[in-house]
Amino acid sequence: MSETWKALKPYALITPQTLVFLLFLVFPILMIGVVSFWEFNGYSMTPAFTLANYQGILTDVTFKTYLNTFKFLGMVWLATLLIGYPVAYFLAFHVPKLEWQILLFLVCTIPFWTSNIIRMISWVPLLGREGLVNQMFMGVGLIQQPMEFLLYSDFAVVLGMVHLYIIFMIAPIFNSLMRIERSLVTAAEDLGASGLQVFKEVILPLSAPGIAIGSIFIVTLVMGEFVTVRLMGGGQSASVGKLIQTQIGSLQYPLAAANAIVLLAVTMLIIVSILRVLDIRKEL
Amino acid sequence: MQKRSLTYYLLLAFFCLFVLFLYGPMITIFMLSMQGPDGGLTFPMRGLSFYWLGQVFQEQRVGNFIEPFVRSLILGAAVMAITITASVLASMGFRQRFKGSTVIFYMTIASLIVPSILVSLGIGVVFQVIGWPTNWFTSGLGAHLTWTLPIAFLIMLGIFNRFNPSYEEAARDLGATDSKTFWEIVMPLIAPSLLGVGLLTFTLSYDEFTRTSLVSGQSNTLPLEIFGMTTNVTSPALYALGTLTTIFSASLILIAFFAYNAVVRRQRGKA
Repeated sequence: MSETWKALKPYALITPQTLVFLLFLVFPILMIGVVSFWEFNGYSMTPAFTLANYQGILTDVTFKTYLNTFKFLGMVWLATLLIGYPVAYFLAFHVPKLEWQILLFLVCTIPFWTSNIIRMISWVPLLGREGLVNQMFMGVGLIQQPMEFLLYSDFAVVLGMVHLYIIFMIAPIFNSLMRIERSLVTAAEDLGASGLQVFKEVILPLSAPGIAIGSIFIVTLVMGEFVTVRLMGGGQSASVGKLIQTQIGSLQYPLAAANAIVLLAVTMLIIVSILRVLDIRKEL
Repeated sequence: MQKRSLTYYLLLAFFCLFVLFLYGPMITIFMLSMQGPDGGLTFPMRGLSFYWLGQVFQEQRVGNFIEPFVRSLILGAAVMAITITASVLASMGFRQRFKGSTVIFYMTIASLIVPSILVSLGIGVVFQVIGWPTNWFTSGLGAHLTWTLPIAFLIMLGIFNRFNPSYEEAARDLGATDSKTFWEIVMPLIAPSLLGVGLLTFTLSYDEFTRTSLVSGQSNTLPLEIFGMTTNVTSPALYALGTLTTIFSASLILIAFFAYNAVVRRQRGKA
């Protein structure tokens, strides 16, 4: 085998994948950046350099939409962490056999293989005005009127997102919990640590990278989200993703592009701050 | 056997509640889609039949479901073929150190963590500027690849990490060419994993919504069609469609699982 071929071989091998990313990821995002400075006269865009689009989005409405998106993000993040961690912890530390751990983990992942849209619709018969939850509560006499806030509300949006995305929190945490050397736990116990101390001093710090990776997934997924907001919010809730989608719908590409660039910047800022607090290099 | 602690039982109860939370809503729509012809969108169930499952295939009632389904199948198959080929090649490239590998690696990670609406918008803008109409098989295909390719690549990297290169060296020492080594040594060893990656890729594409929604052009893929139906279908037919597509996804997973086991068993048998 010739030396030149050996040096060139990896480049030849990565070419197809790199081409896909350049064509459908890097170039499009650069293009969004360019178009965000183009002129827009209400129905068409022309190449130019203007800051009008950015000025156009610096309004109270945009600001409120961002606040609302952060609210969703905060609530979804907290809920996925508080539900996901105990689930992952149970699987990793309390299920005795590896086969059972894998099987139960699979049980948790199967719903995530079906369509997101279907999974969202499936909340309707439960949460609607005449839904199962309201029927049950009225049946036992806890409430007289159906609770309206269950569906087409911010509550429903958060619930929907938690249902859709929680696996992205569970999987990395489960992964980092499984990697913890069990002898460390035994050592801590031998030295007289209580169960809570073992958790706080040994397990939690060692699973922090998993939490970081899970959080990054949640940030990415929630920040650009518009489908759940549309379906579960019933037109009542707003998010940045939905704002961008509406602008694209009315072909206001430069405005949407400016919004998208701000969204990208904000998302990256959050991810970078997560990485500054928690080191994930060990996991990769 | 160790005595189970209170924490164990509390966590077990929590886990069971979580599984109920995951599956509960889907079980409700399965049940509701099995109603009689005058069934409604909520409980109590009115009658019991396969009526609504049949309605899904009646074009005039629910909208067209067959054509989007076929489109999603074709798209899924194309995405799967490209993803497997490109990710296997790239991960083999990564077994050797080369300049620029860090950049390529971070580009892959970026593809996962850029909010999906940006990918959709970006591809849409590019097509708009060039003057090409967006279409599920061109722009849609590209959008799907930005999602399936990084996942497949990261899994393939893991697979090649556990792979013993001495088999390949032995083959080469015996005079095998590069391609012969690949097809007779590497391929049989990674085949079971490829099956899994392929299926994962297919289902990811088959269910993909956000990245496709803005760049699919005139014709819908199945998830887009379902999304459209949520606004204009107000009968259990919608739930029936949900039930059918879920059964389809689930059987794909089962088939792949058994195929994987069969391949592994046959390989063990040979060895």
